[in-house]
Amino acid sequence: MLDVTAIRKDFPILSRKVNGKPLIYLDNAATSQTPQQVIDVIVDYYSNYNANIHRGVHTLSQEATDKYEAARHTIQKHFNAEKAHEIIFTSGTTHSINLVSNGFASLLKKDDEVIVSALEHHSNIVPWQMLCEKTGATLKVIPMNEEGELVMSDYSALLSNKTKLVFVNHISNALGTINPIKDIIEKAHNVGAAVLIDGAQACPHVKPDVQKLDVDFYVASAHKMCGPTGVGILYGKEEWLNKLPPYQGGGEMIAEVTFEKTTYADLPHKFEAGTPNICGGIAFGAAIDYMNTIGFNNIAAYENELLAYATKKLLEIEGLRIYGPDASGSKNKTSVISFNVGAIHPYDIGSIVDKLGIAVRTGHHCAQPIMDFYNIPGTVRASFAFYNTFEEVDTFVDALKKAVQMLS
Amino acid sequence: MTIKDIQNEIIDEFSMFDDWMQRYEYMIELGKSLPLIDDQYKTDDNIIKGCQSKVWVHAEMKDDNVVFTADSDAIITKGIIAILIRVFSNQTPQAIIEADTAFIDEIGLKEHLSPTRANGLVSMIKQIKMYAIAYQTQVK
Repeated sequence: MLDVTAIRKDFPILSRKVNGKPLIYLDNAATSQTPQQVIDVIVDYYSNYNANIHRGVHTLSQEATDKYEAARHTIQKHFNAEKAHEIIFTSGTTHSINLVSNGFASLLKKDDEVIVSALEHHSNIVPWQMLCEKTGATLKVIPMNEEGELVMSDYSALLSNKTKLVFVNHISNALGTINPIKDIIEKAHNVGAAVLIDGAQACPHVKPDVQKLDVDFYVASAHKMCGPTGVGILYGKEEWLNKLPPYQGGGEMIAEVTFEKTTYADLPHKFEAGTPNICGGIAFGAAIDYMNTIGFNNIAAYENELLAYATKKLLEIEGLRIYGPDASGSKNKTSVISFNVGAIHPYDIGSIVDKLGIAVRTGHHCAQPIMDFYNIPGTVRASFAFYNTFEEVDTFVDALKKAVQMLS
Repeated sequence: MTIKDIQNEIIDEFSMFDDWMQRYEYMIELGKSLPLIDDQYKTDDNIIKGCQSKVWVHAEMKDDNVVFTADSDAIITKGIIAILIRVFSNQTPQAIIEADTAFIDEIGLKEHLSPTRANGLVSMIKQIKMYAIAYQTQVK
């Protein structure tokens, strides 16, 4: 069981006030908070060994390179990738997705088909639309049902030997649905298609094993896992990363340059043009160490309890509707509650609870197709992390009741 | 009344409220009570899409003044629209072009005019100014 009181002391931001009230941070699905252990690593980098990596012979450059590559190994181990060079540092999930979609532009032909799910974030829709426009391939969509789950029988029907790629998020950012990715990957592989899983929302809650999943590409962002913003990873199977052309040209990604011809560097450098977010990469490694010290099983168990408690308390409010799977808090979702109260606009609720020190997300959560499905302008989304408490849930529910009373 | 007079009047009214909750309750009342736009103008042409809330704005000229009507799907946004319309509607294009919105800070509603709120209000003020510039050209 987690010692949440002790854990909260690791996060300096959790003791600040907002609008005169103690901050209650329930927007973890957008960005998680940063523990002192990670902040210390960032300060240490800039205080002691800030230097460019992979090309200096001096001591600072060597130290920075060692730490950066050590972070890559930490991440490799965390995701259980077979090889360290299958982990590419990027600026985040969106960058990782664009790197892959851009690479596939040279591999797809007209009449090929790519499949996305109805539960995607805009960042996992738009790059594929652009790819289809460029290549003449067709974009197909796995539909969702009223419970916010993918209709798997329709997915099977969409697959054929024309299918070249499938893109699905591991967990929906708007609803918290955990998608059956093992099954999705297996079925795609049966028709010879590659699969990219967007793990941005999953990685704060679960520890994916990319080899066990047999996934071709898996992407994630540090800032949702107690790390800094502006850094993330692309995991790709070696054979796929070798097939894809480089995304950006520049320093670091080359082996030899003449004006006649450039030969590209080996993995992972082929995809890491220019000076990377060195400090960010090192801090990402530290964030993963921090979360593993707490333990993902402990995190999941605690967050499930919080989710069940918050769900029960919220449903006591008259007219409150939770969108997504099993409103009673089943195993098919993570600690995200997306809801509306009667016809009250989410913006109004968000504005009032902010005045009471509570951070929730309102709006369409960059997932307009889901909002269109439910025919709503957006939702209020409360997303919980392992450092949130049952008392915070109580305060949030009271604030929500106050907002509803003011707005009704 | 000039725009400045109306703004000062609103600042006076808001100074009577003791805390944010009273200010919000007042705005919610404004948002609930006013019919702010004729249904025929609630069209896609007049819509300003924010990530958070939608805003509709319609403008027409009456006796050398610009008359604005507007609406929103969120009540607090609508309450602020009511205040903005009270300030900008029935004024000459020149007066609208010259006016600023600093009074919003003084009545404690600054955060709603932040671009990060994406509620359509910043674009609405831009739109109001654009209409004024367009009508100004016509007047000349």
